[in-house]
Amino acid sequence: MSHKLNHSLSLAKPDAFHTSPKQKIFLAVGVIGFFMLVLALFNMGSFSAWGFSLAIALIAIGIGGFATNAYLAKPAGIKNDGVWFNSISSRGLLGWLTGMVLTLFYIVLYFYPHLLGLGADGAANTGLISFFDPFSKLLNGGPASQWFVYGTLYTLAILAFGYKFLLKYRHNRYEQLRTYSVMFFQLGFAFLIPEFMSRLNSENFSLPYYDLKNIWPLNYYNFEQYRVDSMISAGDVGLGILIFGVASILIITPILTYKYGKRWYCSWVCGCGGLAETAGDPFRHLSDKTQAAWKIERWVVHSVLVFVVLMTTAVIYTYLGYDAEKYWLTKDIFLFLVAGLLTLVFALVMIFKRHELGKDAKFGAIGYFVIILFLIGMHYFSKESNLFLFEAETLRSSYGFLIGSIFSGVIGTGFYPIFGNRVWCRFGCPMAAILGFQQRMLSRFRITTNGGQCISCGNCSTYCEMGIDVRAYAQKGENIVRSSCVGCGICSAVCPRGVLKLENDSMKGRINANEILLGNDVNLMDLVNQK
Amino acid sequence: MEHVVIIGNGISGVTAARHIRKLSKNRITIISAETEHFFSRTALMYIYMGHMKYEHTKPYEDWFWEKNRIELKSGFVNNIDTRSKTLHFAEGDSLKYDKLIVATGSKPNKFGWPGQDLKGVQGLYSKQDLDNLEIYAPDQSVCKRAVIVGGGLIGIELSEMLHSRNIPVTFLVREPSFWDNVLPKGDSELINHEIKKHGIDLRLATNLKEIKSDENGRVKSVIIEETGEEILCDFVGLTAGVSPNISIVKNSDIETKKGVLVNRYLETNIPDVYAIGDCAEQHEPIGERKSIEAVWYTGRMMGEVVAQTICGNRMAYNPSHWFNSAKFFDIEYQTYGWVFSEPKENHAHFHWKHENEDKCITIEYNDETQEFKGINTLGIRMKHEIFNRWLSENQSVDYVIKHLSEANFDPEFFKRFESNIQKQFENRLHTV
Repeated sequence: MSHKLNHSLSLAKPDAFHTSPKQKIFLAVGVIGFFMLVLALFNMGSFSAWGFSLAIALIAIGIGGFATNAYLAKPAGIKNDGVWFNSISSRGLLGWLTGMVLTLFYIVLYFYPHLLGLGADGAANTGLISFFDPFSKLLNGGPASQWFVYGTLYTLAILAFGYKFLLKYRHNRYEQLRTYSVMFFQLGFAFLIPEFMSRLNSENFSLPYYDLKNIWPLNYYNFEQYRVDSMISAGDVGLGILIFGVASILIITPILTYKYGKRWYCSWVCGCGGLAETAGDPFRHLSDKTQAAWKIERWVVHSVLVFVVLMTTAVIYTYLGYDAEKYWLTKDIFLFLVAGLLTLVFALVMIFKRHELGKDAKFGAIGYFVIILFLIGMHYFSKESNLFLFEAETLRSSYGFLIGSIFSGVIGTGFYPIFGNRVWCRFGCPMAAILGFQQRMLSRFRITTNGGQCISCGNCSTYCEMGIDVRAYAQKGENIVRSSCVGCGICSAVCPRGVLKLENDSMKGRINANEILLGNDVNLMDLVNQK
Repeated sequence: MEHVVIIGNGISGVTAARHIRKLSKNRITIISAETEHFFSRTALMYIYMGHMKYEHTKPYEDWFWEKNRIELKSGFVNNIDTRSKTLHFAEGDSLKYDKLIVATGSKPNKFGWPGQDLKGVQGLYSKQDLDNLEIYAPDQSVCKRAVIVGGGLIGIELSEMLHSRNIPVTFLVREPSFWDNVLPKGDSELINHEIKKHGIDLRLATNLKEIKSDENGRVKSVIIEETGEEILCDFVGLTAGVSPNISIVKNSDIETKKGVLVNRYLETNIPDVYAIGDCAEQHEPIGERKSIEAVWYTGRMMGEVVAQTICGNRMAYNPSHWFNSAKFFDIEYQTYGWVFSEPKENHAHFHWKHENEDKCITIEYNDETQEFKGINTLGIRMKHEIFNRWLSENQSVDYVIKHLSEANFDPEFFKRFESNIQKQFENRLHTV
C-alpha cells in the first residue's frame, strides 16, 4: 500500500515538501551562525563580542527568514501539510539525529560543563562558554556560566521559534496572544530580570535571584536552606520574595487555576511550556495517545509529585530548630502543618469529589496518603534523625539528578523529536500534577464540544501535545475536563468542523456525557441521555 | 441471545454495533471488505496531505472491539439469502444471522463518460481509492496535472489534497458557481474566490465530454464539452456525487430503488433486515431532507435509532433539525436549519459578508411571518445547540439577529462581528 510508504525514511518525497530557494538561503544563514558556536566550542579562533552578536543574529535571521518565507507565501490557515512526511517531524532520520544531538547537549550541560569550556575554580572560561562572556558581562557584570549559555540559547529558541509560531497561526488570536505571553515571560522574567537582580548583589547584600514565575515544586530547590537564609538576611525585599514564593503555590496558583485552568501557567507563562510551544511545536503530534500511555502518565506524574513533597518536607525539616522560643516554626510544628494540609486536601476531595475519581485514582490517593502520614507518624513517635528513612540530602540530590536533570532536561527536551514536546510536562512535572489535579477537581475551565458536529476525523487527538484522545470526548459530545490539558488551544484550531472551544464557565454541568448526540430524535436523546 | 450481523464498518454500522452492545448481550458481528478496523472516512484527505497517518483516523483503539465483544469479520458478501438468514461470502464461507443491518455506504457516481474506467480515473470514497491515489498521483513528477470533475464537497477536498502536494489542479464544475445548487449566491461566490486564491484552475459552467487514454490504458487527457479543449493530465478525479453501494443487495429479495428501501423504522421489506446510512432510501423523504441522506451525521443517527429497534424498543428515525458542516480550503462552513440556494416561496435571504476577510453568513427566513428558517455560516463558528433550540422555538429572524452573539463558538479573543451584522440587518429594513 503506497500510502504506507514511509516518506520520511525514503529519499523520494512528495514534491510539495521541498524547500524553496529562499528557504535554503535562510537555512544556510542559520547554519553559519550555528557553525560559529561549534567553532567556539572547539576553541577554534578567538571571537570578540561582535563575533558573538553576529552568530546569534545569523541564527535568528535564519530561523525568522525561513519561517517568513514558509508561511507568508501561503494563505493563513492550518499548516500541517506533510508533517508526517518530513523526516524531522515524523521520527525520520533527521528527527532521530536532532534528538541525539539535543540529548548529548543536555548530558554535557548538566554533568560535564567543563567540556563546554567552563573555567574550573575561578579560571577563565574557554570554548563555547567564553564565547558568551561578553554578553554575560554586559548583563550581569560577570563571566558566563553554562547556565548563562543555556539560558541565552533557550531564550533565543523561544523568541525565534515563537516568531515562527506567530506566523503559522496568524489567523488565530488565541494562539497569538499566548505566544506573545510566553515570549514575554521568558525574555523578561526568566532571562533578563534574574540577570539584573544578580547585579544588585554585592559583598554585603546577597539575594537569591531567580525566575520569579518559577514556582515550587517546579522550582524544587526554592526552599532549601541557603536560599531561605539569604532571602531572610536580605531584609524586607528578601522576605517579600520568600512570602511570594509560598503564596504562589498556596494562594495565587489555586485562584488563577480556578478561574482559567492550568493553562494560565502551562501554556502562557511557564518556561518549559514556552519552549514546548515554540521550538517544540513541530513535534506535538508525536505524543502517545493510547489509553496505556495515559495510565502510565497518571502514575508517574503523581509519583513525582509525592517524591517532591517528601523531599522538600525533609529538606526544610533538617534546618528547622526544636526550640519554639527561638523561632515559632519548629520541626514539630512544620510537620503538623504539612500533615494537616495534606489531610485537609485529602479529606475535601474524598468528601466532595470521590465520585469523580476513577478506581485507580482512589487507590493511588489513599495509598500515597497513608504512606506519607505513616512516615510522618513513624518519625514523630520514634524521633529518628532521618525524616523519611533516607537522609534529606540523599533525597534532595537524587531528586535533583533523576527529576531535575535527567527527566526535565535530558528526556524532557532531548527527546522532543521522539516522544513529542511535552514529555516532561505530561509525565514528570510535579507543578503540572498539582495544577492538573485542581483543574480536574475545581476549575471553571473546560473544552466544550459543539453539539453533534464532530466527524471523528482525529485531527484534535493527533495534534494534542499532551496525548489526550480529544476525539473520544468530542464524538460523544462530552466536554473535555482533563487534568493534563495545558490549554494550548491547538485541538480547537485544527478542528475542521468548528467543534472545540476552550472556555471558562461555571462549575455546574461542566462534566457531561451524552450517549446520543444533538441532531437526533429529541425523544431518543431524552430517553438515553437522562438515564 | 440473537446474532446481529452488520454489513459495513463505517460510521452507521459501527454506531449501531456500539449501541446494541450497550443495550443488549446479543452477539454482534461487523463485516467489512474495506479495512480491518473502523476509520473515519472524512479523514482520508488528511492522510494524503500528511496531517495524519492511517492509525490516527481510527476512532477506537484496536483492543476496543474485543473488549466490547464486537466481532470483526473481513470478507466480501456475495449473496444474502434472506430465507435461510445466511450470508455467503466471496471467499466461500457463510455466516448465519438473526438480524441483519445493511450499512454498505456509497460509491462514487459515474455518468457514462467515455474513458471513465481508465487507469488513473477514480473517485475518492474508500480506503482503496486513497491507495490508488498514492499510485497515480503521489507527487508532481508522476502526476503533472490532475483534473477534478464535479463541484461538490469531495471535489473541493480532492483539489485541496492534490494541491497540498504541488500538483496543478483543473477543477471542472458543471454549475455556474461552486455548489450553487446548495449554497446561495453570496456563499458560493466566496468559495469560488477561495478556490482560486489557492491557485486552483477553476472552470465554472464546464462539462466533461470524454477522458482520453494513452497506449497503456492510462488517462492522457480530458476533453471539455463546451469548447472542445483538450487538457493533458495524469489523473482524473470523478467527484460528481455518490450513490448507494448496493450491488450485494440487488440480487436478494430485499427491495431496492436507488438505495435499499426502508420505512421510517429503517426496516426493509424483509423482516429482521434493516438498512441504515448512505445506502438506505426512505419511501418518502422526511421534511426537507432527501430520501437518501449520504451524510456522516445522518449515518450516525440512523445507527443510534436502529439499535433501539433491534433491542426491543421499536423506534422511528425521526431526526431533529437539519445541520451539516464542511471545510473549503481554509474556510469552515456550518449550517443549521434550511437555507436554500434560492429562498423558498415567501422566504427571503439576509446575506452579510465581511469587507475584506473571508467570512459571510446567509439567513433564510419567512418574509411574512418573519420566522427564522436556517443559517449558513462561513468563517465564523456557531453553536449547534443554540440554533437547534431557536429552530424548535420558531424564533423570529429579528430575535436571532439580536441574540447572535449567544451562538458564537469562535475561540477566545477572536474578533466578533455581531454588531456589524446587526447594523447591516437594520439598514436593510430601512432601505426596503
